[in-house]
Amino acid sequence: MRKTAADPKGVLEGSHFLDGDHAIAEGALAAGCRFFAGYPITPSTETAERFAERCPAAGGMFIQMEDEIASIAALVGGAWGGQKVMTVTSGPGLSLMMENLGLAVMTETPMVIADVQRAGPSTGLPTLPAQQDMMQIRWGSHGDYRIIALCPDSPQECFDLTVEAFNLSETYRVPVFIMADETVGHMHEKVVIPPAGEIGVVERNWYEGPKADYRPYQFTGKDVAPMVKAGDGYRFHITGLTHDERGYPHLTVDQNEKVVTHLIEKIDSNADKIIQLDESEVDGADVVVVSYGITSRIVSRAVQLAREAGIKTGSMRLITIWPFAEKRIEELAGKVKAIVVPEINYGQMVREVERSAAGRCKVVSVPHCGGAVHDPEVILDAIKEASK
Amino acid sequence: MHEVRFSGFGGQGIVRCALITGKALSMYDDKFATMTQSFGPEARGGACSSQLVVSESRILYPYVTLPGVLIALSQDSYTTYEPKLKDGGVLIYEADLVTPKEDDGRVQMYPAPVTRFAEELGNRLFANLVTLGCFSAITKIVTPEAMKKALPGLVPDRFLEVNKKAFDKGYAYGLESLEKKPLVTGDAQ
Repeated sequence: MRKTAADPKGVLEGSHFLDGDHAIAEGALAAGCRFFAGYPITPSTETAERFAERCPAAGGMFIQMEDEIASIAALVGGAWGGQKVMTVTSGPGLSLMMENLGLAVMTETPMVIADVQRAGPSTGLPTLPAQQDMMQIRWGSHGDYRIIALCPDSPQECFDLTVEAFNLSETYRVPVFIMADETVGHMHEKVVIPPAGEIGVVERNWYEGPKADYRPYQFTGKDVAPMVKAGDGYRFHITGLTHDERGYPHLTVDQNEKVVTHLIEKIDSNADKIIQLDESEVDGADVVVVSYGITSRIVSRAVQLAREAGIKTGSMRLITIWPFAEKRIEELAGKVKAIVVPEINYGQMVREVERSAAGRCKVVSVPHCGGAVHDPEVILDAIKEASK
Repeated sequence: MHEVRFSGFGGQGIVRCALITGKALSMYDDKFATMTQSFGPEARGGACSSQLVVSESRILYPYVTLPGVLIALSQDSYTTYEPKLKDGGVLIYEADLVTPKEDDGRVQMYPAPVTRFAEELGNRLFANLVTLGCFSAITKIVTPEAMKKALPGLVPDRFLEVNKKAFDKGYAYGLESLEKKPLVTGDAQ
C-alpha cells in the first residue's frame, strides 16, 4: 500500500531521552493515531499518560474507559468512526480484551494494541518484566484467526515499530500488537524521531465509488476492502456474526468458510512481506539463538561470550512474532546443530520453533519464570551444551 | 564503558538522577546511555535504585553487572549495593544518612552532606541535584555543561535556577573532595 508523509502535527521531531512507553505514544501520534481509549495498568500507563498529554495539540482524543473490555470496544467504534486507534495494557487488562479482540478480527477493524508485559499469572509481579503473553495474543480469543505482532527491544524500536504497526494494521485491516515488556517500557535511551516528511505512513484506504455500491468486505484471502466512516451516508453493517460482503449476517457453513479462510489467508499469503528478522552470523553457525524483545539484548552478551569460547554461534531476533517466521526457521534447522530459545516464560515461542524445525535439529528451551531477565551465563551454558 | 548505580529510598529523586545524567550524556555529551530502574510498589520510602550504562558505542546489554560508581543516599542502599561495587570503584554517599564500615581501601569513598546542602538552599528535595554535582565533579563521566542543559523538562521550570545552584554547590564540593583525596583512575570506573 502507498505510503505518504506523516502529519507534522503528531511528529515530535528531534532527539529525546525517552522510555519505551513514551516512545510508543510518540510512534502512535507520528503514525496518525488520533483516538486512544484505555484503562491504566502498570507498566503500560505511561503510554496513555503521554498520549493524553500530547494528543490535543495534534487534534486527537484520549478517553479513559471504565475497564479494558470497554477500551477495546471503543477502538472498534473509533476506527469505524474514521480514526486510527490504539490502546495499551498489560497482563490482566489483556485478558479482559480477548473477547473484543475477536470482534475486531471478525469485523476487520484496524487497531494497534500495545502490551507492556509483566509477570503473571493474574496480577503477578506488576512492576517486573515477562514475555508470557506471546501465545495469548495468538490464541486467546475464540475461533480461528490471525493477528500481527511486533516485538521491540529498545525505546527507539518502540517508536519505529509502532509506526510500522499502524501501517500493517491499515494494510491488512487487522489488530496489530506491540509486544513490549516492563524493561523495554521503562528503559530510557535516546530516541531519534525523524522529520514528518521522512516517516512513511499508510493512510486508510478510503472508498471512493458510488455510495450504493459500497461493500465493507471482500473475501479474497489477499486484499481487504476499502473503508468508509460511519455516519457519512453509506448503507452497511458491522457484526461479529458470520457476514456477507455488505456486512450483514449470513449464517451458513459455506459463508463461514469464505470469511474465516479470508481472515487467515490475508495474513498467511502476505507473511513474507510482513515478517522482519534481525540475523547475525547465522551462516556457518553450529548454534543459533532465537530470541525477541528484551531477551535478545541479553542474548547479545551470551552470544559474544560463546563466540569468545570458540563456538560458532549465530543470532536471530524475531522482530515480527506473528506471523511466525516458520520458513526461515525450517531452513536454518537443516543447517545447524541446535537452536536455543531463551524467553521470559516457561516455553512459548519455542513450541513454534520446534514445530518449524520438525526434528531437523535440536531445539533447546531456556525458560524463565518472569520478574527479571535471564542471567547471560545461563544462556551461555545452554549454547555450550547445545553445541556438543 | 561505565556502569553507574544511583540508590536510596523512594522520594529522594534517585530515578531522576539517572534520567538527568542519561539525557545529558546521550543528548549533549555525544555518548550512548541506557537507563534502567527498579522500585517497589510504594511511592515513597521503599528501596529504589536506578542504573546507567554509558558507552562510546551502541549499548546492547542494557544492565549494570559490576558498577564502577555507586551513589548511596540511604543506609539500606549502602548495605545492599556497596558489596556489589567493583574493587577500586567510586562510592559517593550521603554523609549524614549513611554510616559506612571502616575504610579498608577496597573502594574510593567520598562522603557528601548532600541533604544538608539542599536544606541550606531551601528544600531537601534539591539533594539529588547536589548529588549529581558531586558525581560530575568526582567521576568526570558527564560534563557539568551537559548536565545543566539536560535539566529543563526534568525539573519544574520554577525551580530550574535553584536546581542549577544545587548542582553547582555539589560540583564545588566534589572538586574540594578531590583536592583532599585525588581519584585513582583506572579500569575500575
